[in-house]
Amino acid sequence: MNPTASPGRRSRRLRLLPALPQILPYLLCIGAFLLVWQLLSGALGAARLPGPINVLIDTWDPYISQPFFDDGGTSKGLGWQILISLQRVAVGYGLAAVVGVAVGGLLGLNRFAGKGFDPVVQVLRTVPPLAWFPISLMVFQDANTSAVFVIFITAIWPIIINTAVGIQEIPQDYTNVARVLRLSKRAYISNIVIPATVPYVFTGLRIAVGLAWLAIVAAEMLKADGGIGYFIWDAYNAGGDASSSQIILAIIYVGVVGLLLDRLVAWVGRKVSKGAA
Amino acid sequence: MTTPGGLISVDAVTQIFPLDDGGSYVALQGINLDIAAGEFVSLIGHSGCGKSTLLNLMAGLDQASEGGILMNGRQVTVPGPDRMVVFQNYSLLPWFTVRQNIALAVNTVYPSKSSQERREIVERNIQTVNLSAAASKFPAELSGGMKQRVAIARALAIRPKLLLLDEPFGALDALTRGNLQQQLMQICQESGLTAVMVTHDVDEALLLSDRVVCLSNGPAAGIGHILRVPLPRPRDRLTVMDHPDYYHLRAELIHFLQEQRRLKQLAASSR
Repeated sequence: MNPTASPGRRSRRLRLLPALPQILPYLLCIGAFLLVWQLLSGALGAARLPGPINVLIDTWDPYISQPFFDDGGTSKGLGWQILISLQRVAVGYGLAAVVGVAVGGLLGLNRFAGKGFDPVVQVLRTVPPLAWFPISLMVFQDANTSAVFVIFITAIWPIIINTAVGIQEIPQDYTNVARVLRLSKRAYISNIVIPATVPYVFTGLRIAVGLAWLAIVAAEMLKADGGIGYFIWDAYNAGGDASSSQIILAIIYVGVVGLLLDRLVAWVGRKVSKGAA
Repeated sequence: MTTPGGLISVDAVTQIFPLDDGGSYVALQGINLDIAAGEFVSLIGHSGCGKSTLLNLMAGLDQASEGGILMNGRQVTVPGPDRMVVFQNYSLLPWFTVRQNIALAVNTVYPSKSSQERREIVERNIQTVNLSAAASKFPAELSGGMKQRVAIARALAIRPKLLLLDEPFGALDALTRGNLQQQLMQICQESGLTAVMVTHDVDEALLLSDRVVCLSNGPAAGIGHILRVPLPRPRDRLTVMDHPDYYHLRAELIHFLQEQRRLKQLAASSR
């Protein structure tokens, strides 16, 4: 028995795989998740619920290997479908961000309006995204504009609410400084209101981007040409052998893109509000 | 510059706060106080006696329910940079660096000066409080003592006629507090600044003040006693205690505070 042999061997092995302790939890837990999924698939039959291996085999060509193929019409790679959805989200969410921050700013700065409009905001913010779809179809008479409007109206409420709250929650200390120095309204807004509110605004923007992505997939399922939601619904209607696998693959893509959007907004928020939070 | 009654006069001020239950709370009652230019006055008393309320009234951050505050004979109705406040919790803007925090005050108060002049004022005041090395840091990167020095530099940079300090050193450790007291004293002396400081530290009040105003307990707090501090200037925080009058003065303040505490306990037990 050599007491130094065993730790020596262990450290050598650790040097070979230095990242192992970090990724071990992910490997084990995701592995367990895939295993349960595969077992469920085995129990239900691969036709009803394809397992992870089936999904990989069924969708490898063309959906995983060629994300940007384009056979014309709505037959496009998943990369294109996601870009179509992202484009709609960008327009609707961008509008919601601009209008939401402006309206939230007014409601936060003006106590009277803030109080008076609060019930309207509180009622409308709880309306589920798809409930807006029929009325927007009637108003805009166009599926694409309606989808963008659904994004807009879904995403705007958390932005309005968080912006207004951020302004109302500006610490008294900061407003006292502004009062003693007699900052002009303009200087007060640019030096104190905006920097103090930015972290709140980004909390709203982050909630909103999640909701927007949630809404676009649903809206595209109802009525759209192209987009990842359309792809899911189209695959379901096609009812082919690989349909379930295609749907599952699309769901994974939707989840990953949603996560990336969330992280992107959080990252921008951290960059913009350095020092303030 | 000096008007009858001094630089700033508190004239029969009574402050009443409405309570949530519909009643009201009389915080201060019938306060009269004249402060001469160049004088350093401390307000001392137990917590809740309305020291900070009185300071906020002088700053113009609040309005007195009755009576008024006169500055150079004119009534104080709004806050202004001629009565700059050093707040208890520093009140630095966390998204600005040390330099930017001071520059905001300087740029706001001196819009007619050239940007070169304003930059010089900012740098000079950063040097006054020995913070040149930290000028580009954000408040979150500073210690409590450094933050308070920034707040003092910001206040001094705009040359207020009256400097109002709300327990400026309350949150600091003893060593930092001593150094800052000495620094503040020197700055006040050199620039002939008029200052009012809220404190509950007897030694701090004696070291810095020409007069110590003792407030009685609230509700309806009034001025219980005014103590003149005839200790010669310049004072030094390490040797001031050696002065033959020091312990006599200190005893007088302690006695007043203990008396007030006894009355408070009496009031509490009879309730």
